[in-house]
Amino acid sequence: MDYTYYPGCSISASAKPYDDSTRAVFEALGMGLHELEDWNCCGATVYMSVKETVSFAISARNLALAEKLGRDVVAPCSACYLVLNKANRFLHELPDLSEKVNDALSAAGLKYEGTVRVRHPLEVLVNDLGVEEITKRATKRLDGIKIAEYYGCQIIRPERTFDDQEFPQTMDQLFAALGAENVYFPMKVRCCGGMLMTTSDEVAMKLCYDLIECAKGNGADCIVTTCPLCHMNLAAYQDRLSRRFGMDLHIPVLWFTELLGIALGLDVKTLGLDHHLEPITDKIMSLAGL
Amino acid sequence: MAEIETPGVLPKRESELREAFLEQVDIVPGGEKLRKCIQCGTCTGSCPVSYAMDLSPREVIARFRAGDIESILKSRTIWICASCYACTVRCPQDIKITDLLYALKRVSMEKKIRRSRSVYALSDAFVRSVKMFGRNWELALLTEFYLRTNPLNLIKMAPLGLRMLRAKRLGIWPERIKGRGDLKKIIERAEQIERPQERVAVRAVTDEVGYEAIQP
Repeated sequence: MDYTYYPGCSISASAKPYDDSTRAVFEALGMGLHELEDWNCCGATVYMSVKETVSFAISARNLALAEKLGRDVVAPCSACYLVLNKANRFLHELPDLSEKVNDALSAAGLKYEGTVRVRHPLEVLVNDLGVEEITKRATKRLDGIKIAEYYGCQIIRPERTFDDQEFPQTMDQLFAALGAENVYFPMKVRCCGGMLMTTSDEVAMKLCYDLIECAKGNGADCIVTTCPLCHMNLAAYQDRLSRRFGMDLHIPVLWFTELLGIALGLDVKTLGLDHHLEPITDKIMSLAGL
Repeated sequence: MAEIETPGVLPKRESELREAFLEQVDIVPGGEKLRKCIQCGTCTGSCPVSYAMDLSPREVIARFRAGDIESILKSRTIWICASCYACTVRCPQDIKITDLLYALKRVSMEKKIRRSRSVYALSDAFVRSVKMFGRNWELALLTEFYLRTNPLNLIKMAPLGLRMLRAKRLGIWPERIKGRGDLKKIIERAEQIERPQERVAVRAVTDEVGYEAIQP
């Protein structure tokens, strides 16, 4: 099982532990992850709202480079996942757009036929390897830990790709099989605010408050996410949120690959757990072997 | 709301904005489903930020039909959308509401009716970073953004920056791709390309809502 890895810009800097843990988990499970050489920014939501044809062309450069390699692309960032998938679908559904984009690509001697599949690591692990197989390879049980699985928006919307859009279960089933207890968390697909934390922070703060308050109120020891930006919003502003809403809103926020890595016996350093902004509680740390 | 002097006839400015919007709608696959809206309000009810909007998503469609795009473009709504797509997946008529809001953002930027300096500044800084390096350099993006919108926020954000630095999660230097020249050529070529306007689709939507884009 070999894949082309598209890390994305956030993961290369602000979400480094997600990058480290994704690579480590794939390696531990014997799945090859080969970074796409010289990938460029996917365009994110920002580019999409400014110039649509240009944004598709810059997404398509990545798809064209990946197409030459013939493997499925794994994109751990929800925004990259959505943008690359959206580009794929629009190019497929609109032949004239595809023609224009290929015209633009030809300026750099590239061509995109439209054959690349863009997938999220969560879906790849659960569908290609399987929960049963992952459980077999786990060296540690997650018994006694209560988690709120947070899927966010863009890996399940707007396209129905691998899970239910209102009540996804992929992570819940994976971590339940590994021994964790899933708390009641009806906010699992509610938005964290995304870039609003920068452009309209009061609105985003309210959304993050809703999420953390719900997870904590239902007894979660940690929130588990699948996205760099969700993680940033939920983890980096906990002091400010606690002051703003007058209650303790501190909670560890782990990328799903970090928690999975713990179950696979990987150590704190390999998983990047020592690079978090929010306090990681002793309960999680002792589970991770510290 | 822009004043409509003669019923059934749109003011020149409104027809221009309408045309620009419909051209953008045309880029969205399924964009023409806009006319199937039954005004049920599921979009507004599903939107986690509708409480902070001045026009609800349902009202945006209602105003478009009533021939009042200008007030939509001036609203806070299109800039508050966080792209969570909750409205889009729940719409019983399969209207791509998030994509339509993107279309409105593009018209608003193109026609320079920008209410939100902040989103514009963010897009601008982002585009520059991608053109220059091929990747998004988060540190420069946010620094430029705060300098252009509210420099005081730089001070407010400084402690977080330091914590990021200590956690080794702040890219002090940009990552540059080798194919910067290639990417620049692709972007420049794409910018030159104008997609042909499909007038038929535009007229179909216009007729459905009962207005013809006549210039008085």
